[in-house]
Amino acid sequence: MANSVAVSKGAAIGRKKKEGQFSLVMKRLMKNKLAMAGLCITLLLFLLALLSPWIMPYAYDELNMIDRFATPSLKHLCGADEMGRDIFSRLLYGARWSLALGFLATIISTVIGMIIGSIVGYFGGTVDTVIMRLIDILQAIPGILLAIAISACLGSGFMNTIIALSIGGIPMTVRLLRGSIMGVRKMEYLEAAQTINCSIPRLIVKHILPNSISPIIVSVTMGIGNTILMAASLSYIGLGVQPPTPEWGAMLSAGRTYMRDYPHMVLFPGIAIALVVLSLNMLGDGLRDAMDPKLKK
Amino acid sequence: MGKSEVPFIEVKNLKVHYTSEGRKIHAVNQVSFSLQKGETLGLVGETGAGKTTIAKSILRILPEPPARIEDGEIFLEGTDLLKLAEDEMRKIRGRKIAMIFQDPMTALNPVMRVGKQIAEGIALHEKVSAREAEEKAKKMLEMVGIPGSRYRDYPHQFSGGMKQRVVIAMALSCSPDLLLADEPTTALDVTIQAQVLDIIKNLQKEFKTSMIMITHDLGIVAEVCDNVAVIYAGQVVEYGSREEIFDNPLHPYTIGLFGSLPDINSDVERLSPIMGMPPDPANLPGGCAFSPRCPYADETCKNTDVKLDAIDGTHSCRCLHWRRTAQMKAETS
Amino acid sequence: MWKYIVKRLLWMIPVLLGIAIVIFTIMYFCPGDPAASILGNSATPAAIEEKRIEMGLNRPYMVRLLDYLNQVFLHFDLGTSYFQNQSVMSGILYRLPYTFMIAIICMLLQILIGTPLGITAAVHQNGIADRICMVIALAGVSIPGFWLAMMLVLLFAVRLGWLPPYGVGGLQYFILPCIANAFAGIASQARQTRSSMLEVIRSDYIVTARAKGLSEREILYKHALPNALIPIITVVGNGMGMMLGGTVVIESVFSIPGIGMYTTSAINNRDYPVVMGGVLFLGALFSLIMLLVDVIYAYVDPRIKAQYEGQQKSWKRRKRANG
Repeated sequence: MANSVAVSKGAAIGRKKKEGQFSLVMKRLMKNKLAMAGLCITLLLFLLALLSPWIMPYAYDELNMIDRFATPSLKHLCGADEMGRDIFSRLLYGARWSLALGFLATIISTVIGMIIGSIVGYFGGTVDTVIMRLIDILQAIPGILLAIAISACLGSGFMNTIIALSIGGIPMTVRLLRGSIMGVRKMEYLEAAQTINCSIPRLIVKHILPNSISPIIVSVTMGIGNTILMAASLSYIGLGVQPPTPEWGAMLSAGRTYMRDYPHMVLFPGIAIALVVLSLNMLGDGLRDAMDPKLKK
Repeated sequence: MGKSEVPFIEVKNLKVHYTSEGRKIHAVNQVSFSLQKGETLGLVGETGAGKTTIAKSILRILPEPPARIEDGEIFLEGTDLLKLAEDEMRKIRGRKIAMIFQDPMTALNPVMRVGKQIAEGIALHEKVSAREAEEKAKKMLEMVGIPGSRYRDYPHQFSGGMKQRVVIAMALSCSPDLLLADEPTTALDVTIQAQVLDIIKNLQKEFKTSMIMITHDLGIVAEVCDNVAVIYAGQVVEYGSREEIFDNPLHPYTIGLFGSLPDINSDVERLSPIMGMPPDPANLPGGCAFSPRCPYADETCKNTDVKLDAIDGTHSCRCLHWRRTAQMKAETS
Repeated sequence: MWKYIVKRLLWMIPVLLGIAIVIFTIMYFCPGDPAASILGNSATPAAIEEKRIEMGLNRPYMVRLLDYLNQVFLHFDLGTSYFQNQSVMSGILYRLPYTFMIAIICMLLQILIGTPLGITAAVHQNGIADRICMVIALAGVSIPGFWLAMMLVLLFAVRLGWLPPYGVGGLQYFILPCIANAFAGIASQARQTRSSMLEVIRSDYIVTARAKGLSEREILYKHALPNALIPIITVVGNGMGMMLGGTVVIESVFSIPGIGMYTTSAINNRDYPVVMGGVLFLGALFSLIMLLVDVIYAYVDPRIKAQYEGQQKSWKRRKRANG
């Protein structure tokens, strides 16, 4: 009895600490100019992608043969492509594809990875050995090659590309979560939770996950950037999302034929990709620094 | 001892703060004390009172930033350590002043052989060949009760108590004049604590080393210290010889420390802990820093800057009401 | 230690078996018929069917899988390309030098440039050098490698004409692909080195070293770096994996006939033996690199070495010392 009182008191303090931690992380993040810039650019790009039909100067698929290969000017901010389509408008509209690919694929792979990781990390033993060996196998295939193979098998298209991209990301999340659960498992507060009859799934959801979540948030932020890069590579070698969809990688792929004479066709889509990934990385760096428990002292 | 007017080491008005997330944390506020050659001074106080910061200031190994020594002087045989150039200071570290750290688990480099870690300091300060340094390091290991054959082992192959012995061997390897022992037994098992303390005591005697012993354990103070400085919120609140402090503590905090010590001779049922929490060093209370927790505090305590008041002999106390306390004590006994 | 290495090498067999099964299954479900693509557009359905039987494509999944595994793992034969009438193994070995060359140069660049960059940044934390290093590093991990390659080609090959734009030949043909492929590796190496150096610099044993009277330089190189190297080694290993993957795309930008190019073009042609062989080969290469990383790990970190060797040895020694 006395024991459980002490535990619930401890849990209350723990909760209070958690809230304090969250506002502390936010406060630190707000102070980090680079991270805030990253966040702002990401949000701005999201907004632009959502509002693109209303703000883009031309329809993304509007052909205009007179302006074929037009170099950047006031009329076409980023020039026009081989069909006279306005590259700026295509970039704005294409942000939908690139961002959606990056976010969805990363989130799907993270969720699957977290589920597997929780199971593996909590149960340990044989379950751990078997699943981790499977993860080893999956990880021994270079990520892009796996994505290429799956993408070739499933065929092009949006959903198929998301599947191809997300499978390669699962092992990392599993390892990450397994690692932090293994670390947390031995902590005393879990024993405390067990003594008051906390069920195992509840234990994972209520106690282990919140304590392992910060590395996951950081890896998701960075992972989105990486996935966008990989999606672009995939489109570039002719798999994944195909032209004439204005996905940025596909635009690069279509533009490479004309790149010698009309470099603007490959310049701007590349800058767009780099900008998104850069801002996500800046945000991820900031988050990592803000959550680093070693700085908390 | 009497003839030396210049103390061996003298800390004067030391003031150190840390900056953390824009907040200024006052770790050490106007601390002064001195120490004669061969003596041992105990710095006693709660965790976070600033004891370790004082020791690290003497060696000048505080991480700067976030820490900054704002003010003060630290004289070692007449030279102000805080004014020395960095490369001069390096010659003092390890040779004249050495330090034993609190946590032996993290104080040793995990990827370097322990013997090498000891020999490194010897080779640096004593200008001897690598072989001689190794020989001496082995001798130091034997001196703390570890076979010299374990020179080539790594820290992970040692237990906590043995690691701390290695740290002690490392600190004493160049026969320093002053040893800073920062809670050398806190991280160890109780049974090992006594052994390690004995080793420190014996070696101190053998090398005639002065020592500053940082601890929160009054038992250790009683065993090894000649003088005691009680530290609270970065200030010396009471100072005196061991006898003066143990027989006649006058600051309410010191009295509280003794009150929270189990006494096997008395049949009192409960210990009387000091109520409340140590003050937030970023936001120290005005007046006497102890006043919020002090059972005897009144309004004047909260508004007056309390000075360290000389009582008699070396005994001094930072309390407005020490006379009243002394009187009360006289009446009850 | 040798026991550990042998154990790890043996463990590679099931991993490779796993890779083979995974890639075979993916290829099995691939749409498109190799028989049809070999015979071309003019082939009649009957001819295609005949070809399928000839190639064994009509047999059930399990039979074909076991046949493939038997052929690869018991006869060490990766099969023959459907189109080039050449064994996959000799195709790979012919192309290996290009991929290997790029990967090795990139790895060297990553270690030799990335590590010092990260150390400099950590030592001058928040200083100008730190800012510059980190801006470069951040850019490096954010720019798509193949796009950087295109930009480099535009500048150095098309505009300035200093270097060949694509193809293979002398060393000058490797400069642009290697820079483009190594940039991300250099950047992540620098970032990891910096953060692990910063973490190590805050450790207690660095304070101990300082208290001994060592100079900052000695502390940095004798105490901080060996400890900081431990997590860095992992990055080098993972970087190698990424580099191998990166070569796949880079080879396509520069038309370099390496293993990556061999495999990706085979995917488009449905040349399954080549795809499976290429993936298996790259997987084996990657596993070997990771083993190498772990061995280096053990060499740098005695704690891990002890783990690998089992505590026996040190226990024996302690017993001897005490007894």
